[in-house]
Amino acid sequence: MRLLATTIIALRALRRNKLRSALTALGIIIGVGAVITMVSIGNGAKAQVEAQVASLGRNVITILPGSATTAGARGGQGSANTLTVDDALAIQREVSGAVAVSPELRQGAQVLGNGLNWRTSVHGVAPEFTAIRAWPLAEGRLFTDAELRSAAKVAVIGTTVAKQLFPDVDPLGQNIRINNVPFQVVGVLSPKGFNFFGQDQDDCVHLPYTSFMSRVFRWRNTVNNIIVEAPSAAAMPRLQQEIADLLQQRRGGREPDFTVRNQLELAQTATETSRTMTALLGAIAGVSLLVGGIGIMNIMLVSVTERTREIGIRLAIGAHDRDIRLQFLIEAMILSMIGGAIGVLGGIGLAQTLSNLNGWPVLVSTSSITLAVGFSAFVGVAFGFYPAHKAAKLDPIDALRFE
Amino acid sequence: MSPVVQLRDIRRTYRNGELEVHAVRGISLEIHAGEFIAIMGASGSGKSTLMNTLGCLDRPTSGSYLLDGVDVASLDREARADLRNQKLGFVFQGFNLLPRTSALENVELPMLYAQNRVSSTEMKRRAMAALGIVGLAQRADHLPSQLSGGQQQRVAIARALVNEPRLLLADEPTGNLDSKTSVEVMGVFQRLNEQGITIVMVTHELDIAQYCKRILVVRDGLVVRDEPVTGRLIAAEELKKLLGAEAAAQLTSAPFGAK
Ligand SMILES: Nc1ncnc2c1ncn2[C@@H]1O[C@H](COP(=O)(O)OP(=O)(O)O)[C@@H](O)[C@H]1O
Ligand SMILES: [Mg+2]
Repeated sequence: MRLLATTIIALRALRRNKLRSALTALGIIIGVGAVITMVSIGNGAKAQVEAQVASLGRNVITILPGSATTAGARGGQGSANTLTVDDALAIQREVSGAVAVSPELRQGAQVLGNGLNWRTSVHGVAPEFTAIRAWPLAEGRLFTDAELRSAAKVAVIGTTVAKQLFPDVDPLGQNIRINNVPFQVVGVLSPKGFNFFGQDQDDCVHLPYTSFMSRVFRWRNTVNNIIVEAPSAAAMPRLQQEIADLLQQRRGGREPDFTVRNQLELAQTATETSRTMTALLGAIAGVSLLVGGIGIMNIMLVSVTERTREIGIRLAIGAHDRDIRLQFLIEAMILSMIGGAIGVLGGIGLAQTLSNLNGWPVLVSTSSITLAVGFSAFVGVAFGFYPAHKAAKLDPIDALRFE
Repeated sequence: MSPVVQLRDIRRTYRNGELEVHAVRGISLEIHAGEFIAIMGASGSGKSTLMNTLGCLDRPTSGSYLLDGVDVASLDREARADLRNQKLGFVFQGFNLLPRTSALENVELPMLYAQNRVSSTEMKRRAMAALGIVGLAQRADHLPSQLSGGQQQRVAIARALVNEPRLLLADEPTGNLDSKTSVEVMGVFQRLNEQGITIVMVTHELDIAQYCKRILVVRDGLVVRDEPVTGRLIAAEELKKLLGAEAAAQLTSAPFGAK
């Protein structure tokens, strides 16, 4: 093998046809870059969804009111106010497997404090909610069971509310007014970010549900939902059944007016969604790769006429078939390597830029790089090499005459 | 001394579907070292087919071809490629230079495909020497598109020379050139021939053939005449005459050009 000489020949051929070389490399750059960008974004989104699912708390069972699973034409889920604080207390008392139970009540309200005001979502909960939701405090303390029982005027606020009302003051110990009722801020929750629906989960104020019901909003007994922590994922189905049985028992012969769901189902749905998204992005990337590949193919095929005559010249002055094949292989490999490298760097750069602009997480996967570079290299080599391989087998005079 | 080329009853038939074209119909020929042959004949008489056979660019349908005593038909593709590289130099009517490639790199090409490759400095030195022989050392880094037809043909000749072939073949090397440039190219061939290179060229111009030593006339795929050149022209002298005539023409036209 005349490897060195052939490399020189290949480099000269590439330099001689700068435009063709650049266009071929461009096809590879676009294909590789698109795949890496798309797949990185898709993977990042999936990872974010998974993180959000985890941040909802592990092994959480949620009981929602209304709309029973067996019902015919009825109001949508949550349309009835059928779930009560007593249900929550009954679960806590009688379902032994429940690690922690908290009702959740929610209502929007204007909150005043530090001479500023801010509309936010006010939540009524039991102190167990931080454990169930896996949502620790950043500073201060939680309200106590005693404060829950006495419907104390204490509040734990999210970081967004803290920023809005107390931009340059430590919120701990400050007073806020909700519906004209004064509350003392005793704790600030750690930041949790946005949920699936794009809602800012840190834009909230948490009160003891007793205070929420009796002092601020005058709710009778109903709650939005009840959350229960199970000891393990394996224990969840049995616990769900026990809860459902208990609640049904409390309702006597009436049709069930509640739904018991677990976090796993939600997690599965979310993961499913993000997987679909990744597949969609992957499909778009695949199309880009295909378009890039067709670009490479076109350039290679269009240049066959000129290159066949070139091959004829080379054969006429003594090139062996394998010199020709090696030359075209080296050319295709150099273009694939350069194009692939630029495509990888460009793809990662673009993904990073998008993530910086939009705050999306980005996960560059080696498998997408391998796939994209491999495919482009294959297309480049196949379409650069195959016509050359055929032309190299011609008699020199036939290659020279090729029209 | 054994001949450089020995052709025995060479035939070449082209097949285009049903149609058979007998381009060469039994040519036998001997060419000895130091000869300078012009092949003449009408268009379509089989000159190029014969040249391509001599140049191992094409294979005859039948007949035997001994080059330096070696039967070419017994060689495989690679051995024939090496033969083209080492023993044969081919100059095409259409130049067939690599486009967008400098004269120097075009001339270096046969050395890159040589079995015994020399260093790149030596390669460059030899290529420059070959360009010097054809009087183009100053144009080494010009692209073919920056050269005139005669200069391109001289680059092609330098490329054919650079591996010091036994036999230089040229198919209508002056076919695309004006008469003065043609004489210049013939001058190059005459000098090479004097240095001992055997040359076979095709031309359909009798005055060009007069620069050679032997004329073969081909008709319908057969050699119909084979005779030495009488009254041979020397390119250097003819060129001098031409330049003189040119100068005279310029003198006579001077009053119109001058103020
Ligand atoms: N590749 C080919 N296929 C078919 N016929 C050909 C081919 N090359 C040449 N011929 C025919 O062979 C004959 C001789 O051609 P050629 O050797 O090129 O003649 P010349 O060079 O004397 O003009 C012509 O009739 C030509 O048409
Ligand atoms: Mg011809």
